[in-house]
Amino acid sequence: MENLVQEAIQNVNMQAIMPSLVLSGLAMVLLMVSVFSKRGSSTHVAWLSVLALIVTGFVALTGWNNPQSGFAGSVLFDNFATFFSMICIVAAGLTILMSDDYLRRENFPVSEYYPLILFTTAGAMWMASGTDLMTIFLGLEVLSVSLYVLAGFFRHQTRSNEAGLKYFFLGAFSTGFLLYGVALLYGVTGTTKVEGIAAYVRANPDAALNTMFIAGGLLLLVGFLFKVAAAPFHMWTPDVYQGAPTPITAFMSAGPKAAAFAALMRVMIVGLDGLQSELTTLFWILAVLTMTIGNFVALSQKDLKRMLAYSSISHAGYALVGLVAWNEIGLSAILFYMLVYTFMNMGAFAVLVLIGKQGENNLNLDGIAGLGYKKPVLGVVLTIFLLSLMGIPPTAGFIGKFYMFSGAVEAGYIWLAVIGVLNSAVSLYYYLRVVVQMYFKDPAEDFSWVSINVPTAISIAISLGGVLYMGMFPNTLMQLAKLAGF
Amino acid sequence: MITVNHYLLLSAILFAIGTFGVLTRKNAIVIFMCIEVMLNSVNLTFIALSRHVGNMDGQIFVFFVMTVAAAEAAVGLALMIAFYRNKDSIDVDDFNMLKW
Repeated sequence: MENLVQEAIQNVNMQAIMPSLVLSGLAMVLLMVSVFSKRGSSTHVAWLSVLALIVTGFVALTGWNNPQSGFAGSVLFDNFATFFSMICIVAAGLTILMSDDYLRRENFPVSEYYPLILFTTAGAMWMASGTDLMTIFLGLEVLSVSLYVLAGFFRHQTRSNEAGLKYFFLGAFSTGFLLYGVALLYGVTGTTKVEGIAAYVRANPDAALNTMFIAGGLLLLVGFLFKVAAAPFHMWTPDVYQGAPTPITAFMSAGPKAAAFAALMRVMIVGLDGLQSELTTLFWILAVLTMTIGNFVALSQKDLKRMLAYSSISHAGYALVGLVAWNEIGLSAILFYMLVYTFMNMGAFAVLVLIGKQGENNLNLDGIAGLGYKKPVLGVVLTIFLLSLMGIPPTAGFIGKFYMFSGAVEAGYIWLAVIGVLNSAVSLYYYLRVVVQMYFKDPAEDFSWVSINVPTAISIAISLGGVLYMGMFPNTLMQLAKLAGF
Repeated sequence: MITVNHYLLLSAILFAIGTFGVLTRKNAIVIFMCIEVMLNSVNLTFIALSRHVGNMDGQIFVFFVMTVAAAEAAVGLALMIAFYRNKDSIDVDDFNMLKW
């Protein structure tokens, strides 16, 4: 017994969990701050949360080129985890910046909102650094439970309630599948460690024929695919994205999605490397399905948030292409693409946050007619973000897709790259329709309610800077993404 | 003689019952209970396999699953109450504001 305790203490390495520890600690402090602040004033908590994220960012950066393993190998904070943590921190920061004014406009300036975002980010960092299915599961749940609350945050608004409940039910349902998968894998391999599963696959090359192992792996995959919103497990995405508060929608499509990709990549590439040929076939089908469904259903959407939800599904499909390629370019392209997607999608949503009226019933195609003339700056900025989402040079979206598809071509999946490019062509239609509405339709309204506030403007400026910088000078970040890959 | 296979069969049946309930029931509370059945069937799997495999990892996992299930229950019931206050119903057929 004494030996066990001593061993456990020796295995503890606080450095490995420091970023999420710092962030959750600061989030708890901020919860107390909001308890003792006046009801209805949340601006100071917002700025303090941004500060907390900056502090966490610096702590997380110490993990770069300095991998820290701890807790008997269940946490590994390496370059890969650092990269994904930084993506989540950026996404959370941009969300908080665009939220302050938004919450006041919707008459719900409640400061618990910000600590919840921080908890979500901490969970995302757990997921990115977890090397044991137990830690990954815990991170996933910390992330999800906070997000259920955030999606249903406007408790007086039926639409938000509904989004929260739908997310909750489908999220908990998919957690059941994920856990059952973990349990079956545990039964076959005797461990929940990703490395242990890899060792089992190496020792038993015929693992692909073991029914229980395959069932476990597939159920686990279902849980992850649900979180990244890949078809055929995407059905919750449009409803939840449409009903949730707009900044939260932006956050969900960037931070948690990146974290889910991080966990998926680690489990697949480290844990199930021995089954590469079987898995790539599966991912090939999933990638094509996800891209195609996302893009084609987006064509018929009138609501902008819903359209961006389907666009987010299709972008998950593009990212899955990197997993099909399973080579250095493809995998580092996923990391790069997640960062690019964070900037371009958060930027587009930030513009929507600005142009929405209270209640946001005008965020549809008719509601933005003539925006380009009435609010020229916002029109141009939104156009740039949409061009990036389409993948038009010189924006970052083009570079991201280019790397992704070149990884697929290098691995010999020419047809997959062709399908991906054709899908991008389809997506032109619904992105450009927004631009057409903005510039070629007579303004139905004067957009007098749109007032540009500093925090949201900062958030848009950072996103714009990111999109243009990575579009024109992608080398630095691509190099970092290569170093962060496996 | 009850072997690990009996436990696995029982938990698979429970999991199937839970899944079936989630897909067919209309009342949000009942759906939630079905999800709990699924999670508990997973717990049973873990414990049975932990004994079969011969290490404690599975049993530790069960503690985490129970904790998470409790946290989810708190959040889920709160969301249901908020919905009920606005709609006077927790029937999933009334989740009808967001579609196509």
